[in-house]
Amino acid sequence: MKLDEFIYKIDNFCGYKNNWTIIKDSESSDKYGYYPEKRPIEIYIRNSIINLDKPPGPTSHEVAYWVKKMLGVNKAGHGGTLEP
Amino acid sequence: MSYVTKGGKEYICIMQVHCEFDRDELSRIILSFKGEIYQRPPVRSSVKRRLRIRTIYDIEVLDIEDKLVLLRVNSDSGTYMRKLCHDIGIIYGCGAHMRELRRIKSGIFTEYTNLVKLHELSEAIYMYKMCKDESDLRKVLMPMELATCGIPKVLIEDTAVNALAYGAPLAIPGIVAYQKFAQNQKIAILTLKGELVAIGTATHDSSELQKAKKGIIASLDRVFMQRDIYPKAWKKHER
Repeated sequence: MKLDEFIYKIDNFCGYKNNWTIIKDSESSDKYGYYPEKRPIEIYIRNSIINLDKPPGPTSHEVAYWVKKMLGVNKAGHGGTLEP
Repeated sequence: MSYVTKGGKEYICIMQVHCEFDRDELSRIILSFKGEIYQRPPVRSSVKRRLRIRTIYDIEVLDIEDKLVLLRVNSDSGTYMRKLCHDIGIIYGCGAHMRELRRIKSGIFTEYTNLVKLHELSEAIYMYKMCKDESDLRKVLMPMELATCGIPKVLIEDTAVNALAYGAPLAIPGIVAYQKFAQNQKIAILTLKGELVAIGTATHDSSELQKAKKGIIASLDRVFMQRDIYPKAWKKHER
């Protein structure tokens, strides 16, 4: 059985190496869910990460709030502040 | 999010020393901060102010100009650079403070992993909302699954997904493929399409998967998959 290419893409993203052991054959039906990179944009927005280059000045909280408003989402967090 | 934020950090930082200094002497002091250090969070901080131990994995003097010192620091998450500069100043004897700070790495995210400026994001959103062109926005967004890079993963079959979406622990029969993991290690549970179902903690070693045909292999910490996206496949008990 071949794993979907995106699975390998995840580990390539940070150079993680850990071999896959396949226990059994199974296929995923297109009827359910989406391949992460092929999610419709509205769903993609809600399940994604933005590596944002925060300018000096506004706080991380402020920037997270702006991004939330721009994207029209109510749940968005940031990955940590420099000086909380 | 904490799976991202707890990773190691790397900073570029400008420190201003409050006196004329001897380069070699100061460099020697700076390098002595490599390893485990004690830090009490500053007055203006969002965490409890008790003495903490943090590790400086690497610290390097990149440049010196007058009283300014350019540093590159690789440290644990939760290490205060402002405090580090202050402490270097105290050890040198005349004081120092942090002038500027830029984080260049947080866990697996760096300046080279699709870093976008605020205006680039704003333009991509404009193109999507006003011009119905989502191509730029798609380039800016990264699937959240990329954040699971660096921890062992298991793939589960379609019929096992919804039980986890409802909070059931990970059972051995649903597993299709896995990467080696140890007991108590954090693991990511994905569908065969690569969608993040949940982050869990292994209750056994992955070697158990070669021996046992049934039973629980991991408890769930956080569920990401919405309910009823995948079909319900578990048996209902008669009442």
